[in-house]
Amino acid sequence: MKLITAYIQPERLNAVKQSLYERRVFKMSITNALGCGEQKGYHETYRGADIEVNLLKKVRLEIAVNDDYVDAAVEAIISGAKTGSIGDGKIFVQELTECIRIRTGETGPVAVG
Amino acid sequence: MYIRTRSAYIGKGFSGYRRAALLLLAAGMLGAAEADGAALDALRQDLNIVWTAVAAFLVFFMQAGFAMVESGFTRAKNTVNIMMKNLMDFSMASVVYFILGFGLMFGVSNGFWGSSHFLGSFSDLAGDDWNWTFLIFQTVFAGTAATIVSGAMAERTRFPAYIAYSVLIAAFIYPVFGSWAWGSLLAGGGWLEGLGFTDFAGSTVVHSLGGWLALAGAMVVGPRLGKYGPNGEAKAIPGHNIALGALGVFILWFGWFGFNPGSTTAGDGSIGRIAVMTNLSASAAAITALVTSWLIHSKPDGSMALNGALAGLVAITAGCADVSGLGSLSIGAMAGILVVFSIEFIDRVLKVDDPVGAVSVHGVAGAFGTLAVGLFHIEKGLLYGGGFSLLGVQAAGVLAAFAWAFGLGYILFKVIDAILVLRVSEEEELRGLDIGEHGMEAYSGFQIFTTQ
Repeated sequence: MKLITAYIQPERLNAVKQSLYERRVFKMSITNALGCGEQKGYHETYRGADIEVNLLKKVRLEIAVNDDYVDAAVEAIISGAKTGSIGDGKIFVQELTECIRIRTGETGPVAVG
Repeated sequence: MYIRTRSAYIGKGFSGYRRAALLLLAAGMLGAAEADGAALDALRQDLNIVWTAVAAFLVFFMQAGFAMVESGFTRAKNTVNIMMKNLMDFSMASVVYFILGFGLMFGVSNGFWGSSHFLGSFSDLAGDDWNWTFLIFQTVFAGTAATIVSGAMAERTRFPAYIAYSVLIAAFIYPVFGSWAWGSLLAGGGWLEGLGFTDFAGSTVVHSLGGWLALAGAMVVGPRLGKYGPNGEAKAIPGHNIALGALGVFILWFGWFGFNPGSTTAGDGSIGRIAVMTNLSASAAAITALVTSWLIHSKPDGSMALNGALAGLVAITAGCADVSGLGSLSIGAMAGILVVFSIEFIDRVLKVDDPVGAVSVHGVAGAFGTLAVGLFHIEKGLLYGGGFSLLGVQAAGVLAAFAWAFGLGYILFKVIDAILVLRVSEEEELRGLDIGEHGMEAYSGFQIFTTQ
C-alpha cells in the first residue's frame, strides 16, 4: 500500500481528475494549499501598490492505492498536471503501514480497495 | 374649508415664498379653478422633473443589482472582473451616450436616426431643465441596456474587448433602435412608433435589445471550459454567493419602481397604478417560475425563482401603463413559466453558455412581454376585442429588435474578436479573470477553490 501526495496547480485539477478516471482511479482527497517552490510567486496590485505574492495557491491531492495502481496513478497525475513550465508541482510516494475502513472494520489492501 | 383655513393660518407666520407654496399645495387639493394657472403649471413641471430625476436615480441603482446578480451567480475567482465590467460599461455608456447616443436617439430624426442634440447641444447650461432631466433619465436606461450583456459573457471575456463592445452599444446600437420606438418623446420620431408600436418602458427597446446582443456575444465567445461534457451534455457551474445574487434581484426589483413608473416622466396619479402592475407581474412570475422548477426538478429552485422575478419585471415593462391588474398577473405568470423553459432550452438544446440567464430573462421575456401588449392592452388588445392589428405591430417590433441587435451584434463581436481577441487564454480562464485581467483578487485572504 502506498500513499501518493501531489501538489499541483489548482487549474490543472480537472485534467488530473480526468486522467485518473481514465486509469480507473476513482478515489482522492483534495485540499487547498499554499506553497512555494522554484516558481517564486507573482505580482498583484492593490490600489496602485505592488504586492508580491510569495505563497501560491496549490491543490494537494492525496490518494491511497494498492501497489499495482501506483504507476498508473502517478502517470495519470503527471499527464494531467504537466504544462512544462515551472510550478507544475511535485508528487511524493510513501509507504502506507495500515488502512482501516470505518464502516466495516476491514484492514489492509481490501480497505484501500 | 378646513384645508384652506389651516394653510391660511400657518401662512401668517411664514415667509412669502413658503406661504405661496403652501397655498398652491392647498389649491392643488381644492382644484385648479381657484389657483393661478401659470403658477400651477410651473409647479407641475417641477413635480415632473423631481419625479423623473428620482426615478432616474432608482434606475441607476439597478447597476448595483446587475453587479450583484452577475457576481453571485458566477464563481468567486471572477468577481473583480464582473464588478469592473459593470462599473466600466455604465461609465462608458454615460460618456458616449452624452456625446453621440442621445442625439441619435432623440434628435431631429429622418425616421431611422436622429441628427441633433449631440454633446448636450440642446440647451445652454442655465435653462431648459426638462431636457437635462430627460438626458439623465435616458442615460441610465442606456446604461441598463449596455450592462445586460456582461452576465451572459461572464467568466471568459477579455476586459478590453468588453469595453469596446460597451462603447458601441451605447453610442450606436441602442440609440438607433431607441429612435425607432421612442424618438418622439423629445425631438425625433421613428418608423416603429409611427406604426403604433407600444413599448412603454422598454421590454424590447432596452431588455430584448440587450438580451439579443447577449445571445450574440455568448455565441461568439463560446461556452466556459467545463460547461459542456465530451458528448455535449450541459453541466452546472454553480454561482459562489446566492445571497449576493438574491440581493441583486431585490435591488433590481426596487430599481424597477423607477424604471416603469418613472417612464411616465410625469409626477401624476399613474405612478401608483404602474407600480402596482410592475409589482404584480414580478410576484406572479417569481411564483410560477418556482412552481415550474418544482414540478420539473422536484425541488423549488431558488435561482430559477429569482430569475423568474426578473423575467416578470422585464415582461411587464412594455405594457405596465396599458394593462389591467388581471392582465399584469397573466403576463407575469406566463413569463415565469417561459423563463424556466427558455433557460433550459438555451442551455441544453442551443448549447449557448449564459451563466446568469440574461438571454432568457431579458431577450425572451422582453419579446414575450412586448407581444403580450397586443393581447392585454385594455383598448387595442386582442383579448379586449381590439383585433390583431396591435399584435401584428408588436410582432414587427420584436422581429426588428432581434434582427437589428442579434444581426449587428454577431458581426460586431466577430469584428472585436478579430481585432482585440474576445476570449482569455485557457490558463487564465482556469485561474480566474481576477488575477489574469486585473491582477487582484476579490476575496484576498480567503480560501477559494480555483479548481473548477
